[in-house]
Amino acid sequence: MLIRKAPQIKSSEITSEADYLDRRSFLAKAGLAAAGLAGASPVIAAVASDPGASGRVLENVSESPLSLDEAPNSWRDVTTYNNFYEFGTGKEDPSRYAGSLVTRPWQVKVSGECDQPGDYNLEDILSPHALEERVYRLRCVEAWSMVIPWVGFPLADLLKRFQPNSDARFVRFRTLYDPGQMPGQRRRILDWPYVEGLTIEEAMNPLAFMAVGVYGRELPNQNGAPMRLVVPWKYGFKSIKTINAIHFTRTRPRTSWEASAPREYGFYANVNPNVDHPRWSQASERIIGSGLFAPRRKTEMFNGYAEQVAHLYQGLDLRRNF
Amino acid sequence: MATRSRSLTCTRAWICAETFSMPAFGSKGFTRLIKTLLWPLCLAPLLWLGLGAFELLGFNLGANPVEKLLHELGKWGLKFLLLTLAITPLRYWTGWHWLVTFRRLLGLFAFFYLFLHFLVYIVLDRYLDFSGLLEDIVERPYITLGMTGLLLLLPLALTSTRGWMRRLGRRWKKLHRLVYASAILGVWHFYWQVKLDTLEATVYALILAALLLARIVHSRRKAARIQVRSETLLPEDSGGAPLRR
Repeated sequence: MLIRKAPQIKSSEITSEADYLDRRSFLAKAGLAAAGLAGASPVIAAVASDPGASGRVLENVSESPLSLDEAPNSWRDVTTYNNFYEFGTGKEDPSRYAGSLVTRPWQVKVSGECDQPGDYNLEDILSPHALEERVYRLRCVEAWSMVIPWVGFPLADLLKRFQPNSDARFVRFRTLYDPGQMPGQRRRILDWPYVEGLTIEEAMNPLAFMAVGVYGRELPNQNGAPMRLVVPWKYGFKSIKTINAIHFTRTRPRTSWEASAPREYGFYANVNPNVDHPRWSQASERIIGSGLFAPRRKTEMFNGYAEQVAHLYQGLDLRRNF
Repeated sequence: MATRSRSLTCTRAWICAETFSMPAFGSKGFTRLIKTLLWPLCLAPLLWLGLGAFELLGFNLGANPVEKLLHELGKWGLKFLLLTLAITPLRYWTGWHWLVTFRRLLGLFAFFYLFLHFLVYIVLDRYLDFSGLLEDIVERPYITLGMTGLLLLLPLALTSTRGWMRRLGRRWKKLHRLVYASAILGVWHFYWQVKLDTLEATVYALILAALLLARIVHSRRKAARIQVRSETLLPEDSGGAPLRR
Protein backbone atom coordinates (compact mmCIF):
# COMPACT_ATOMS: atom_id res chain seq x y z
CA MET A 1 0.00 0.00 0.00
CA LEU A 2 1.14 3.49 -0.75
CA ILE A 3 0.98 5.88 2.17
CA ARG A 4 1.52 9.41 1.09
CA LYS A 5 1.45 12.51 3.20
CA ALA A 6 -1.39 14.72 2.12
CA PRO A 7 0.01 17.83 0.40
CA GLN A 8 -0.05 20.91 2.55
CA ILE A 9 -2.07 23.56 0.78
CA LYS A 10 -2.72 27.01 2.13
CA SER A 11 -6.38 27.88 2.18
CA SER A 12 -5.49 30.98 0.15
CA GLU A 13 -4.42 28.72 -2.69
CA ILE A 14 -7.73 26.94 -2.99
CA THR A 15 -10.09 28.32 -5.57
CA SER A 16 -13.35 29.38 -3.99
CA GLU A 17 -16.42 27.50 -5.18
CA ALA A 18 -17.91 30.65 -6.70
CA ASP A 19 -14.77 31.30 -8.73
CA TYR A 20 -14.61 27.66 -9.63
CA LEU A 21 -18.17 27.57 -10.91
CA ASP A 22 -17.50 30.78 -12.81
CA ARG A 23 -14.25 29.45 -14.27
CA ARG A 24 -15.33 29.60 -17.87
CA SER A 25 -16.01 33.32 -17.78
CA PHE A 26 -12.76 33.74 -15.85
CA LEU A 27 -11.00 31.85 -18.58
CA ALA A 28 -12.57 33.96 -21.28
CA LYS A 29 -11.43 37.12 -19.53
CA ALA A 30 -7.98 35.71 -18.88
CA GLY A 31 -7.75 34.64 -22.50
CA LEU A 32 -8.67 38.11 -23.71
CA ALA A 33 -6.16 39.65 -21.32
CA ALA A 34 -3.42 37.26 -22.42
CA ALA A 35 -4.18 37.87 -26.08
CA GLY A 36 -4.03 41.59 -25.48
CA LEU A 37 -0.77 41.45 -23.57
CA ALA A 38 1.19 38.76 -25.32
CA GLY A 39 -0.28 38.57 -28.78
CA ALA A 40 -0.97 35.03 -29.92
CA SER A 41 0.47 33.16 -26.91
CA PRO A 42 -1.48 29.99 -26.04
CA VAL A 43 -4.27 30.33 -23.53
CA ILE A 44 -3.54 28.52 -20.29
CA ALA A 45 -6.90 27.24 -19.27
CA ALA A 46 -8.30 27.14 -15.77
CA VAL A 47 -8.62 23.37 -15.66
CA ALA A 48 -10.42 21.73 -12.77
CA SER A 49 -8.40 21.42 -9.59
CA ASP A 50 -8.95 19.75 -6.25
CA PRO A 51 -7.03 20.36 -3.01
CA GLY A 52 -6.70 16.61 -2.54
CA ALA A 53 -5.17 15.97 -5.98
CA SER A 54 -1.69 14.54 -6.36
CA GLY A 55 0.60 13.49 -9.20
CA ARG A 56 2.51 15.34 -11.88
CA VAL A 57 0.73 18.46 -13.16
CA LEU A 58 0.09 18.44 -16.92
CA GLU A 59 1.09 21.67 -18.68
CA ASN A 60 -0.71 23.56 -21.43
CA VAL A 61 -4.12 22.03 -21.06
CA SER A 62 -6.85 23.85 -22.92
CA GLU A 63 -10.58 23.67 -22.31
CA SER A 64 -13.03 22.07 -24.67
CA PRO A 65 -16.49 23.17 -25.80
CA LEU A 66 -17.47 19.50 -25.49
CA SER A 67 -17.16 19.68 -21.70
CA LEU A 68 -20.19 19.51 -19.43
CA ASP A 69 -20.79 22.69 -17.50
CA GLU A 70 -21.15 20.81 -14.23
CA ALA A 71 -19.02 20.67 -11.10
CA PRO A 72 -16.97 17.48 -11.20
CA ASN A 73 -16.83 14.86 -8.48
CA SER A 74 -14.05 15.22 -5.95
CA TRP A 75 -10.58 13.84 -6.61
CA ARG A 76 -11.28 11.40 -3.81
CA ASP A 77 -14.46 10.05 -5.43
CA VAL A 78 -12.76 9.79 -8.81
CA THR A 79 -9.68 7.97 -7.49
CA THR A 80 -11.13 5.70 -4.78
CA TYR A 81 -14.35 4.42 -6.32
CA ASN A 82 -13.18 2.43 -9.33
CA ASN A 83 -14.04 -0.68 -11.25
CA PHE A 84 -10.68 -2.06 -12.37
CA TYR A 85 -10.91 -5.80 -11.76
CA GLU A 86 -7.22 -6.22 -12.61
CA PHE A 87 -6.64 -4.93 -9.07
CA GLY A 88 -9.60 -6.59 -7.33
CA THR A 89 -13.38 -6.48 -7.55
CA GLY A 90 -13.97 -4.15 -4.59
CA LYS A 91 -14.50 -0.49 -5.47
CA GLU A 92 -11.59 0.56 -3.26
CA ASP A 93 -9.27 -2.28 -4.31
CA PRO A 94 -7.77 -0.40 -7.30
CA SER A 95 -6.80 2.61 -5.18
CA ARG A 96 -5.22 0.23 -2.65
CA TYR A 97 -3.38 -2.13 -4.97
CA ALA A 98 -2.63 -0.27 -8.20
CA GLY A 99 0.66 1.00 -6.77
CA SER A 100 2.29 -2.17 -8.12
CA LEU A 101 1.68 -1.09 -11.73
CA VAL A 102 4.74 0.31 -13.54
CA THR A 103 3.76 2.63 -16.40
CA ARG A 104 7.23 3.80 -17.52
CA PRO A 105 8.65 2.76 -19.90
CA TRP A 106 5.45 1.90 -21.79
CA GLN A 107 4.89 0.57 -25.26
CA VAL A 108 1.74 0.33 -27.33
CA LYS A 109 1.53 -2.27 -30.07
CA VAL A 110 -0.38 -1.05 -33.10
CA SER A 111 -1.40 -3.72 -35.62
CA GLY A 112 -3.96 -4.88 -38.16
CA GLU A 113 -5.57 -3.01 -41.02
CA CYS A 114 -3.43 0.13 -41.03
CA ASP A 115 -0.40 1.50 -42.87
CA GLN A 116 1.65 2.48 -39.83
CA PRO A 117 1.71 -0.58 -37.56
CA GLY A 118 4.47 -1.01 -35.01
CA ASP A 119 5.54 -0.84 -31.39
CA TYR A 120 5.32 2.76 -30.28
CA ASN A 121 6.87 4.26 -27.17
CA LEU A 122 4.37 6.12 -25.04
CA GLU A 123 6.29 9.38 -25.52
CA ASP A 124 6.00 9.05 -29.30
CA ILE A 125 2.29 8.34 -29.00
CA LEU A 126 1.65 11.39 -26.84
CA SER A 127 4.08 14.02 -28.13
CA PRO A 128 2.19 15.34 -31.20
CA HIS A 129 -1.06 15.88 -29.28
CA ALA A 130 -2.14 19.08 -27.58
CA LEU A 131 -3.84 18.28 -24.30
CA GLU A 132 -7.37 19.38 -23.55
CA GLU A 133 -9.75 18.95 -20.66
CA ARG A 134 -13.04 17.17 -21.19
CA VAL A 135 -15.53 17.17 -18.37
CA TYR A 136 -17.73 14.15 -19.03
CA ARG A 137 -20.32 12.22 -17.11
CA LEU A 138 -19.31 8.61 -16.63
CA ARG A 139 -22.33 6.32 -16.42
CA CYS A 140 -21.51 2.86 -15.09
CA VAL A 141 -23.57 -0.16 -16.11
CA GLU A 142 -24.13 -0.62 -12.35
CA ALA A 143 -26.44 2.44 -12.43
CA TRP A 144 -24.25 5.10 -10.86
CA SER A 145 -22.56 8.12 -12.40
CA MET A 146 -19.81 10.67 -11.75
CA VAL A 147 -18.65 13.82 -13.49
CA ILE A 148 -14.94 13.59 -14.27
CA PRO A 149 -12.54 16.25 -15.65
CA TRP A 150 -10.40 14.12 -17.96
CA VAL A 151 -7.28 15.41 -19.71
CA GLY A 152 -6.21 13.94 -23.04
CA PHE A 153 -6.82 14.23 -26.76
CA PRO A 154 -9.41 13.08 -29.31
CA LEU A 155 -9.11 9.38 -30.09
CA ALA A 156 -9.61 10.11 -33.79
CA ASP A 157 -6.47 12.26 -33.88
CA LEU A 158 -4.42 9.37 -32.55
CA LEU A 159 -5.95 6.66 -34.75
CA LYS A 160 -5.54 8.71 -37.94
CA ARG A 161 -1.78 8.78 -37.37
CA PHE A 162 -1.67 5.00 -37.86
CA GLN A 163 -3.50 5.41 -41.19
CA PRO A 164 -6.20 2.76 -40.95
CA ASN A 165 -7.11 1.32 -44.36
CA SER A 166 -10.56 0.74 -45.83
CA ASP A 167 -10.77 -2.72 -44.22
CA ALA A 168 -10.48 -1.24 -40.76
CA ARG A 169 -14.12 -1.46 -39.68
CA PHE A 170 -13.44 -1.96 -35.97
CA VAL A 171 -10.77 -0.99 -33.45
CA ARG A 172 -9.82 -3.37 -30.67
CA PHE A 173 -8.06 -2.19 -27.52
CA ARG A 174 -6.26 -4.35 -25.00
CA THR A 175 -5.19 -3.81 -21.38
CA LEU A 176 -1.81 -4.94 -20.09
CA TYR A 177 -1.72 -8.57 -18.98
CA ASP A 178 0.76 -9.06 -16.13
CA PRO A 179 -0.51 -10.85 -13.00
CA GLY A 180 2.70 -9.80 -11.23
CA GLN A 181 1.71 -6.15 -11.49
CA MET A 182 -2.03 -6.72 -11.60
CA PRO A 183 -2.91 -9.10 -8.75
CA GLY A 184 -6.57 -9.29 -9.77
CA GLN A 185 -5.53 -11.19 -12.91
CA ARG A 186 -4.48 -14.17 -10.78
CA ARG A 187 -8.16 -15.03 -10.51
CA ARG A 188 -9.84 -15.85 -13.80
CA ILE A 189 -13.04 -13.93 -13.19
CA LEU A 190 -12.68 -12.46 -16.70
CA ASP A 191 -10.85 -13.89 -19.68
CA TRP A 192 -7.68 -11.78 -19.32
CA PRO A 193 -6.37 -9.63 -20.88
CA TYR A 194 -9.29 -7.19 -20.88
CA VAL A 195 -10.40 -6.40 -24.43
CA GLU A 196 -12.71 -3.67 -25.65
CA GLY A 197 -13.72 -2.42 -29.07
CA LEU A 198 -15.50 0.24 -31.09
CA THR A 199 -16.70 0.51 -34.65
CA ILE A 200 -14.42 2.78 -36.65
CA GLU A 201 -17.23 5.35 -36.88
CA GLU A 202 -17.60 5.36 -33.10
CA ALA A 203 -13.86 5.65 -32.64
CA MET A 204 -13.69 8.62 -35.03
CA ASN A 205 -16.53 10.49 -33.30
CA PRO A 206 -15.23 13.72 -31.74
CA LEU A 207 -16.52 12.68 -28.31
CA ALA A 208 -14.33 9.54 -28.16
CA PHE A 209 -11.34 10.52 -26.09
CA MET A 210 -7.98 9.13 -25.08
CA ALA A 211 -7.28 10.26 -21.52
CA VAL A 212 -3.82 10.56 -20.00
CA GLY A 213 -4.83 12.67 -17.03
CA VAL A 214 -7.56 13.77 -14.67
CA TYR A 215 -7.96 16.97 -12.67
CA GLY A 216 -5.05 18.53 -14.59
CA ARG A 217 -2.64 15.82 -13.46
CA GLU A 218 -1.28 12.56 -14.81
CA LEU A 219 -3.73 9.66 -14.46
CA PRO A 220 -3.36 7.75 -11.21
CA ASN A 221 -2.78 4.03 -11.83
CA GLN A 222 -6.25 3.08 -10.55
CA ASN A 223 -7.81 5.29 -13.22
CA GLY A 224 -6.00 3.52 -16.06
CA ALA A 225 -2.52 5.02 -16.36
CA PRO A 226 -0.74 5.68 -18.61
CA MET A 227 -3.61 5.99 -21.07
CA ARG A 228 -7.24 4.94 -21.23
CA LEU A 229 -10.26 5.32 -23.40
CA VAL A 230 -13.23 7.51 -22.47
CA VAL A 231 -16.42 6.91 -24.45
CA PRO A 232 -18.98 9.04 -22.63
CA TRP A 233 -22.15 7.82 -24.36
CA LYS A 234 -21.42 4.19 -23.46
CA TYR A 235 -21.40 2.36 -20.13
CA GLY A 236 -18.14 2.73 -18.25
CA PHE A 237 -16.80 -0.74 -18.99
CA LYS A 238 -16.28 0.27 -22.65
CA SER A 239 -13.75 2.87 -21.51
CA ILE A 240 -10.84 0.43 -21.30
CA LYS A 241 -7.91 1.30 -19.04
CA THR A 242 -4.12 0.90 -19.16
CA ILE A 243 -4.03 0.27 -22.92
CA ASN A 244 -1.01 -1.44 -24.45
CA ALA A 245 -2.38 -2.60 -27.81
CA ILE A 246 -4.54 -1.14 -30.57
CA HIS A 247 -5.65 -3.37 -33.42
CA PHE A 248 -7.60 -2.42 -36.56
CA THR A 249 -9.78 -5.23 -37.78
CA ARG A 250 -12.40 -6.19 -40.32
CA THR A 251 -14.44 -8.25 -37.85
CA ARG A 252 -16.21 -7.24 -34.69
CA PRO A 253 -13.95 -7.91 -31.71
CA ARG A 254 -15.11 -10.20 -28.91
CA THR A 255 -15.07 -7.92 -25.91
CA SER A 256 -14.42 -9.12 -22.36
CA TRP A 257 -17.80 -8.47 -20.75
CA GLU A 258 -19.70 -9.69 -23.77
CA ALA A 259 -17.69 -12.90 -23.67
CA SER A 260 -18.27 -13.31 -19.95
CA ALA A 261 -22.06 -12.77 -19.96
CA PRO A 262 -23.47 -12.25 -23.47
CA ARG A 263 -27.06 -11.98 -22.19
CA GLU A 264 -26.17 -9.07 -19.94
CA TYR A 265 -23.46 -7.09 -21.76
CA GLY A 266 -23.38 -6.34 -25.45
CA PHE A 267 -20.79 -5.00 -27.84
CA TYR A 268 -22.47 -1.59 -28.15
CA ALA A 269 -23.29 -0.98 -24.47
CA ASN A 270 -24.76 2.44 -25.22
CA VAL A 271 -26.27 4.16 -22.19
CA ASN A 272 -30.00 3.62 -22.65
CA PRO A 273 -32.63 4.18 -19.95
CA ASN A 274 -35.19 2.20 -21.98
CA VAL A 275 -33.25 -1.05 -22.17
CA ASP A 276 -32.72 -2.57 -18.75
CA HIS A 277 -29.94 -4.82 -17.68
CA PRO A 278 -31.56 -8.27 -17.27
CA ARG A 279 -31.14 -8.00 -13.51
CA TRP A 280 -31.60 -4.31 -12.77
CA SER A 281 -33.17 -1.14 -14.14
CA GLN A 282 -31.17 1.38 -16.16
CA ALA A 283 -33.84 4.08 -15.95
CA SER A 284 -32.06 6.01 -13.22
CA GLU A 285 -28.64 6.32 -11.65
CA ARG A 286 -27.15 7.16 -8.27
CA ILE A 287 -24.93 10.23 -8.36
CA ILE A 288 -21.67 9.44 -6.61
CA GLY A 289 -20.75 12.07 -4.06
CA SER A 290 -24.32 13.23 -3.51
CA GLY A 291 -24.45 11.72 -0.04
CA LEU A 292 -26.93 9.51 1.76
CA PHE A 293 -30.10 11.49 1.24
CA ALA A 294 -30.01 12.52 -2.42
CA PRO A 295 -32.53 11.23 -4.95
CA ARG A 296 -31.45 9.28 -8.01
CA ARG A 297 -30.95 11.00 -11.36
CA LYS A 298 -32.93 10.05 -14.45
CA THR A 299 -30.58 8.42 -16.93
CA GLU A 300 -30.45 10.14 -20.31
CA MET A 301 -30.39 8.47 -23.71
CA PHE A 302 -26.74 8.04 -24.78
CA ASN A 303 -25.88 9.58 -21.39
CA GLY A 304 -27.01 12.97 -22.68
CA TYR A 305 -24.98 12.84 -25.92
CA ALA A 306 -27.79 11.77 -28.26
CA GLU A 307 -27.33 14.83 -30.45
CA GLN A 308 -23.72 13.91 -31.23
CA VAL A 309 -24.00 10.13 -31.54
CA ALA A 310 -27.57 8.99 -32.25
CA HIS A 311 -26.90 9.06 -36.01
CA LEU A 312 -24.31 6.30 -35.59
CA TYR A 313 -27.08 3.86 -34.72
CA GLN A 314 -29.75 4.72 -37.25
CA GLY A 315 -31.62 1.61 -38.32
CA LEU A 316 -30.09 -0.42 -35.52
CA ASP A 317 -32.48 -2.10 -33.07
CA LEU A 318 -30.98 -0.90 -29.79
CA ARG A 319 -33.07 -3.36 -27.81
CA ARG A 320 -31.35 -6.27 -29.51
CA ASN A 321 -28.00 -4.57 -30.00
CA PHE A 322 -27.66 -3.50 -26.36
CA MET B 1 -19.84 8.74 59.82
CA ALA B 2 -17.07 6.20 60.05
CA THR B 3 -19.40 3.28 60.39
CA ARG B 4 -21.48 4.48 57.49
CA SER B 5 -18.58 4.66 55.04
CA ARG B 6 -17.40 1.26 56.20
CA SER B 7 -20.74 -0.26 55.48
CA LEU B 8 -20.62 1.28 51.99
CA THR B 9 -17.29 -0.26 51.13
CA CYS B 10 -18.52 -3.55 52.48
CA THR B 11 -21.57 -3.39 50.27
CA ARG B 12 -19.43 -2.52 47.28
CA ALA B 13 -17.10 -5.41 47.99
CA TRP B 14 -20.07 -7.69 48.30
CA ILE B 15 -21.57 -6.47 45.01
CA CYS B 16 -18.24 -6.85 43.25
CA ALA B 17 -17.70 -10.31 44.59
CA GLU B 18 -21.17 -11.29 43.45
CA THR B 19 -20.82 -9.79 39.95
CA PHE B 20 -17.35 -10.86 39.07
CA SER B 21 -17.29 -14.40 40.32
CA MET B 22 -17.29 -16.39 37.09
CA PRO B 23 -20.49 -18.41 36.91
CA ALA B 24 -20.11 -22.12 36.23
CA PHE B 25 -19.87 -23.08 32.53
CA GLY B 26 -23.33 -23.66 31.12
CA SER B 27 -25.14 -22.46 34.24
CA LYS B 28 -27.99 -19.97 34.15
CA GLY B 29 -25.71 -17.17 35.34
CA PHE B 30 -23.25 -18.09 32.64
CA THR B 31 -25.77 -17.80 29.81
CA ARG B 32 -27.01 -14.52 31.28
CA LEU B 33 -23.45 -13.17 31.24
CA ILE B 34 -22.91 -14.27 27.63
CA LYS B 35 -26.20 -12.70 26.65
CA THR B 36 -25.12 -9.40 28.22
CA LEU B 37 -21.91 -9.53 26.22
CA LEU B 38 -23.76 -10.58 23.07
CA TRP B 39 -25.95 -7.48 22.93
CA PRO B 40 -23.17 -4.93 22.33
CA LEU B 41 -21.49 -7.35 19.93
CA CYS B 42 -24.68 -7.67 17.89
CA LEU B 43 -25.13 -3.90 17.86
CA ALA B 44 -21.50 -3.16 16.91
CA PRO B 45 -22.07 -3.39 13.11
CA LEU B 46 -24.96 -0.94 13.41
CA LEU B 47 -22.84 1.46 15.45
CA TRP B 48 -20.05 1.23 12.87
CA LEU B 49 -22.45 1.88 9.98
CA GLY B 50 -24.19 4.68 11.88
CA LEU B 51 -20.90 6.45 12.58
CA GLY B 52 -19.95 6.02 8.93
CA ALA B 53 -23.32 7.27 7.67
CA PHE B 54 -22.94 10.53 9.58
CA GLU B 55 -19.15 10.66 9.14
CA LEU B 56 -18.43 10.74 12.86
CA LEU B 57 -15.15 9.90 14.61
CA GLY B 58 -13.35 9.55 11.30
CA PHE B 59 -15.64 6.80 10.00
CA ASN B 60 -17.16 7.06 6.55
CA LEU B 61 -18.94 4.87 4.01
CA GLY B 62 -16.89 5.88 0.96
CA ALA B 63 -18.02 7.45 -2.29
CA ASN B 64 -21.32 5.57 -2.51
CA PRO B 65 -22.70 5.50 1.04
CA VAL B 66 -26.18 4.25 0.07
CA GLU B 67 -24.79 1.22 -1.70
CA LYS B 68 -22.36 0.53 1.15
CA LEU B 69 -25.10 0.77 3.77
CA LEU B 70 -27.41 -1.42 1.71
CA HIS B 71 -24.83 -4.13 1.12
CA GLU B 72 -23.43 -4.15 4.66
CA LEU B 73 -26.86 -4.33 6.32
CA GLY B 74 -27.86 -7.17 4.01
CA LYS B 75 -24.68 -9.11 4.64
CA TRP B 76 -24.89 -8.62 8.42
CA GLY B 77 -28.48 -9.83 8.33
CA LEU B 78 -27.41 -12.97 6.50
CA LYS B 79 -24.49 -13.49 8.89
CA PHE B 80 -26.88 -13.38 11.87
CA LEU B 81 -29.26 -15.72 10.06
CA LEU B 82 -26.45 -18.22 9.48
CA LEU B 83 -25.36 -17.87 13.12
CA THR B 84 -28.93 -18.59 14.21
CA LEU B 85 -28.98 -21.68 12.05
CA ALA B 86 -25.60 -22.77 13.43
CA ILE B 87 -26.91 -23.04 16.99
CA THR B 88 -28.69 -26.37 16.62
CA PRO B 89 -25.86 -28.27 14.85
CA LEU B 90 -23.40 -26.82 17.37
CA ARG B 91 -25.57 -28.14 20.19
CA TYR B 92 -25.48 -31.64 18.74
CA TRP B 93 -21.74 -31.66 18.24
CA THR B 94 -20.68 -30.07 21.49
CA GLY B 95 -23.48 -31.15 23.77
CA TRP B 96 -23.72 -27.54 24.97
CA HIS B 97 -27.48 -27.37 25.01
CA TRP B 98 -27.47 -24.00 26.75
CA LEU B 99 -26.52 -22.51 23.37
CA VAL B 100 -30.22 -22.60 22.50
CA THR B 101 -30.83 -19.66 24.86
CA PHE B 102 -29.11 -17.33 22.33
CA ARG B 103 -31.00 -18.52 19.30
CA ARG B 104 -33.93 -16.13 19.61
CA LEU B 105 -31.61 -13.17 20.23
CA LEU B 106 -29.54 -13.94 17.13
CA GLY B 107 -32.62 -14.62 15.03
CA LEU B 108 -34.20 -11.32 16.02
CA PHE B 109 -30.98 -9.47 15.20
CA ALA B 110 -30.99 -11.16 11.78
CA PHE B 111 -34.51 -9.87 11.21
CA PHE B 112 -33.52 -6.44 12.56
CA TYR B 113 -30.59 -6.04 10.13
CA LEU B 114 -32.54 -7.41 7.16
CA PHE B 115 -35.44 -5.09 7.91
CA LEU B 116 -33.02 -2.13 8.03
CA HIS B 117 -31.58 -3.37 4.71
CA PHE B 118 -35.11 -3.25 3.29
CA LEU B 119 -35.73 0.24 4.76
CA VAL B 120 -32.51 1.62 3.27
CA TYR B 121 -33.54 0.14 -0.06
CA ILE B 122 -37.00 1.73 -0.17
CA VAL B 123 -36.18 5.04 1.52
CA LEU B 124 -32.60 5.95 0.58
CA ASP B 125 -32.12 3.98 -2.63
CA ARG B 126 -35.57 4.06 -4.22
CA TYR B 127 -36.52 7.33 -2.52
CA LEU B 128 -40.03 6.03 -1.72
CA ASP B 129 -40.84 5.78 -5.42
CA PHE B 130 -43.46 3.09 -4.96
CA SER B 131 -44.24 2.53 -8.65
CA GLY B 132 -40.55 1.83 -9.31
CA LEU B 133 -40.51 -0.32 -6.20
CA LEU B 134 -43.42 -2.44 -7.42
CA GLU B 135 -41.74 -2.84 -10.80
CA ASP B 136 -38.54 -3.92 -9.05
CA ILE B 137 -40.32 -6.53 -6.95
CA VAL B 138 -42.18 -7.99 -9.91
CA GLU B 139 -39.53 -7.71 -12.63
CA ARG B 140 -36.24 -8.22 -10.82
CA PRO B 141 -36.11 -11.84 -9.71
CA TYR B 142 -33.36 -11.24 -7.17
CA ILE B 143 -35.47 -8.56 -5.49
CA THR B 144 -38.50 -10.87 -5.54
CA LEU B 145 -36.38 -13.49 -3.77
CA GLY B 146 -35.08 -11.07 -1.16
CA MET B 147 -38.51 -9.63 -0.46
CA THR B 148 -40.04 -13.10 -0.08
CA GLY B 149 -37.24 -14.15 2.23
CA LEU B 150 -37.81 -11.15 4.48
CA LEU B 151 -41.57 -11.61 4.41
CA LEU B 152 -41.14 -15.21 5.58
CA LEU B 153 -39.12 -13.97 8.56
CA LEU B 154 -41.84 -11.57 9.67
CA PRO B 155 -44.21 -14.16 11.27
CA LEU B 156 -41.19 -15.78 12.91
CA ALA B 157 -40.14 -12.51 14.52
CA LEU B 158 -43.73 -11.82 15.65
CA THR B 159 -44.19 -15.28 17.19
CA SER B 160 -40.78 -15.40 18.84
CA THR B 161 -42.19 -14.58 22.29
CA ARG B 162 -42.79 -17.13 25.04
CA GLY B 163 -46.51 -16.38 24.90
CA TRP B 164 -46.76 -17.26 21.21
CA MET B 165 -44.64 -20.36 21.72
CA ARG B 166 -47.10 -21.56 24.31
CA ARG B 167 -50.13 -20.59 22.27
CA LEU B 168 -48.94 -22.33 19.10
CA GLY B 169 -47.61 -25.41 20.86
CA ARG B 170 -46.39 -28.00 18.35
CA ARG B 171 -47.30 -25.76 15.44
CA TRP B 172 -44.69 -23.23 16.59
CA LYS B 173 -41.85 -25.55 15.59
CA LYS B 174 -43.47 -26.24 12.24
CA LEU B 175 -43.98 -22.54 11.56
CA HIS B 176 -40.39 -21.73 12.45
CA ARG B 177 -39.11 -24.18 9.87
CA LEU B 178 -39.80 -21.28 7.47
CA VAL B 179 -36.40 -20.00 8.51
CA TYR B 180 -34.78 -22.58 6.20
CA ALA B 181 -36.68 -21.27 3.17
CA SER B 182 -35.93 -17.69 4.18
CA ALA B 183 -32.20 -18.35 4.50
CA ILE B 184 -32.08 -20.10 1.13
CA LEU B 185 -33.92 -17.21 -0.53
CA GLY B 186 -31.72 -14.66 1.22
CA VAL B 187 -28.44 -16.23 0.12
CA TRP B 188 -29.82 -16.80 -3.36
CA HIS B 189 -30.81 -13.09 -3.49
CA PHE B 190 -27.24 -12.16 -2.51
CA TYR B 191 -25.73 -14.49 -5.11
CA TRP B 192 -28.00 -13.33 -7.90
CA GLN B 193 -27.31 -9.60 -7.60
CA VAL B 194 -23.50 -9.96 -7.78
CA LYS B 195 -22.19 -8.59 -11.07
CA LEU B 196 -19.36 -11.03 -11.63
CA ASP B 197 -17.29 -11.97 -8.60
CA THR B 198 -19.47 -14.51 -6.78
CA LEU B 199 -16.78 -15.66 -4.35
CA GLU B 200 -18.24 -14.00 -1.25
CA ALA B 201 -21.80 -15.10 -1.98
CA THR B 202 -20.52 -18.63 -2.64
CA VAL B 203 -18.98 -18.72 0.84
CA TYR B 204 -22.37 -17.84 2.35
CA ALA B 205 -24.05 -20.49 0.21
CA LEU B 206 -21.55 -23.16 1.24
CA ILE B 207 -21.97 -22.35 4.94
CA LEU B 208 -25.75 -22.51 4.58
CA ALA B 209 -25.50 -25.82 2.71
CA ALA B 210 -23.27 -27.25 5.44
CA LEU B 211 -25.68 -26.14 8.17
CA LEU B 212 -28.68 -27.67 6.39
CA LEU B 213 -26.75 -30.86 5.63
CA ALA B 214 -25.80 -31.17 9.30
CA ARG B 215 -29.50 -31.15 10.16
CA ILE B 216 -30.31 -33.83 7.59
CA VAL B 217 -27.48 -36.06 8.82
CA HIS B 218 -28.59 -35.57 12.40
CA SER B 219 -32.23 -36.37 11.77
CA ARG B 220 -31.27 -39.48 9.76
CA ARG B 221 -29.13 -40.71 12.62
CA LYS B 222 -31.88 -39.99 15.09
CA ALA B 223 -34.38 -41.86 12.94
CA ALA B 224 -32.00 -44.82 12.68
CA ARG B 225 -31.55 -44.81 16.46
CA ILE B 226 -35.30 -44.82 16.99
CA GLN B 227 -35.65 -47.60 14.45
CA VAL B 228 -33.08 -49.72 16.29
CA ARG B 229 -34.69 -48.99 19.64
CA SER B 230 -38.16 -49.76 18.36
CA GLU B 231 -36.96 -53.06 16.88
CA THR B 232 -35.39 -54.11 20.16
CA LEU B 233 -38.50 -53.05 22.03
CA LEU B 234 -40.80 -54.97 19.70
CA PRO B 235 -42.13 -58.17 21.30
CA GLU B 236 -41.19 -61.20 19.18
CA ASP B 237 -44.69 -62.37 18.59
CA SER B 238 -46.47 -59.04 18.26
CA GLY B 239 -46.33 -58.95 14.45
CA GLY B 240 -48.12 -55.62 14.59
CA ALA B 241 -47.05 -52.14 13.62
CA PRO B 242 -43.71 -51.03 15.05
CA LEU B 243 -43.89 -48.71 17.99
CA ARG B 244 -43.45 -45.10 17.19
CA ARG B 245 -42.43 -42.36 19.47
